[in-house]
Amino acid sequence: MVRAVSADEVAPSTEAWQVEAIGLRVKAGSRLAVDGLDLTLGPGVHGLLGPNGAGKTTLMRALSTVIKPKDGRLRLLGRDITDRRSLRALRSRLGYLPQHFGFYPRFTVRDYVEYMAWLREMPATAVPAATQRAIDRVGLTDRADSRLKSLSGGMLRRAGIAQAIVNEPDLLLLDEPTAGLDPEQRVEFRELLRDLGDASCVLVSTHLVEDVVAACSNVILVDQGRLVFRGLPGDLVRLGAKDGIGDSAAERGYSVLLRDHRSGS
Amino acid sequence: MTAHVPIAALTAYATGGLRADDAMAWPVEAHLETCAGCQDRLSGLVTAPVREILAEARIAVLAQARNGPRPVRRRRLRRLSHRWASWSVLPWALVTLIAITAAFLLDEAFPTRSSAVLLLAPVAPLGGLAVAWSRRWDPAWETVSGTARAGIELLLRRTVVVLATVLPLLAAVGWRLGTNPALWLLPCLTFTAAALLLGGLIGVSRAAALLGGAWLLAVVLPALVTVRLPVLVQPESAGGWAMAAVALAALALLRADDHRYQTSWT
Repeated sequence: MVRAVSADEVAPSTEAWQVEAIGLRVKAGSRLAVDGLDLTLGPGVHGLLGPNGAGKTTLMRALSTVIKPKDGRLRLLGRDITDRRSLRALRSRLGYLPQHFGFYPRFTVRDYVEYMAWLREMPATAVPAATQRAIDRVGLTDRADSRLKSLSGGMLRRAGIAQAIVNEPDLLLLDEPTAGLDPEQRVEFRELLRDLGDASCVLVSTHLVEDVVAACSNVILVDQGRLVFRGLPGDLVRLGAKDGIGDSAAERGYSVLLRDHRSGS
Repeated sequence: MTAHVPIAALTAYATGGLRADDAMAWPVEAHLETCAGCQDRLSGLVTAPVREILAEARIAVLAQARNGPRPVRRRRLRRLSHRWASWSVLPWALVTLIAITAAFLLDEAFPTRSSAVLLLAPVAPLGGLAVAWSRRWDPAWETVSGTARAGIELLLRRTVVVLATVLPLLAAVGWRLGTNPALWLLPCLTFTAAALLLGGLIGVSRAAALLGGAWLLAVVLPALVTVRLPVLVQPESAGGWAMAAVALAALALLRADDHRYQTSWT
């Protein structure tokens, strides 16, 4: 059988940015957690840094189209998210790992990843192979048929990453993906990130500055729902060369940026 | 389908006479990829070194098939259940079974009082809906709610499962009591449609709680106090219920897009 190539697959991307937010405002409960954020993201791995309560998770939820922004414009993969007709097609090209990654305890890893692939409307014939590949990529091959409730915290995170990458998303959102991973797994995960960033736009929210420096091509710092800084990981290191508090140059650079922003505002 | 590859071209292809830049090379290969018959004919024409390579490859493939990991068994039933039901519905199904059985026993013991089954029928599916589509009871709601199928499709699948649990129970009980099926079926469907419609605006769980509470306070409580079957569950109101069910279901489908966002999950 000749595989039919759909028009979608060969269509050139017409968007300049995978993520384009202008004056974005998103509410978390009654609080405005993202308050007038302007952000554009292209291909590559972007590290999203910020203190607790800076609006990182709310921003991730808005980008994953789980919550509707209150105000401002948000275009993902060239489509406006308020356009009801294209939302479904857009969602099938997203991958999302939430911070509080809930799961069905009785599902096996394979069940879960397959279920998520089905939810993202992958063609039925492609699902088994894509599932196996995603599980292999996160290093869970030998636990693929274990139930999720029997996995350790780090393995669960990796199962979560597997479900996020199963449809080879064009926009991948990972909220705290390295929480619970041991140092060896984190190194492997960074490699996977670099690999994923070649073809798609990956946004990683994290508290660990060293993860960003090691694996990301870009750094984005937010505080109180606004963009504070965006630049290269090298910029963080340079800023922290002689100033700031922290154990590494990058951590010091991070603290310098936050301090300057807070004293300025 | 195109004609098969002529034997001369196939021989040239097998012996290397057909070079990559030859105009025939591409159509021959394209045809060979899909045509088992021509593949078979080709295998008889290839030269000895190619045959050796093929034999080696065959042995390697067979060894891999014998010693490698076994293919994963496809479990269709399991997959089907994942796509339709959510596990959190199980405890609710048990509670509903007990409640309907209790109402049935009450009706059998006191046939002259207002029928508990008929009073319970409208709100019987609401608990299931609230459990099947809520942040509290569905642990994976955040991963699920941002996907393409989330929204009305997934919600309707889960609603079908809830109704498929409740309706047979009510049917069995109604048949034993000899009640008019329209009297329990129509209110049940009306309240389900109303919960879906209202759920898009304030969240399905909240809508179910609100509707269930309103029914209990406005109809069930007075009926228990006055010991008279309210007019709403008597045969003359069946037409009204039918109209309400159709209208609410149509409205719920019109407002289907409301369920795409997190607000529907509260």
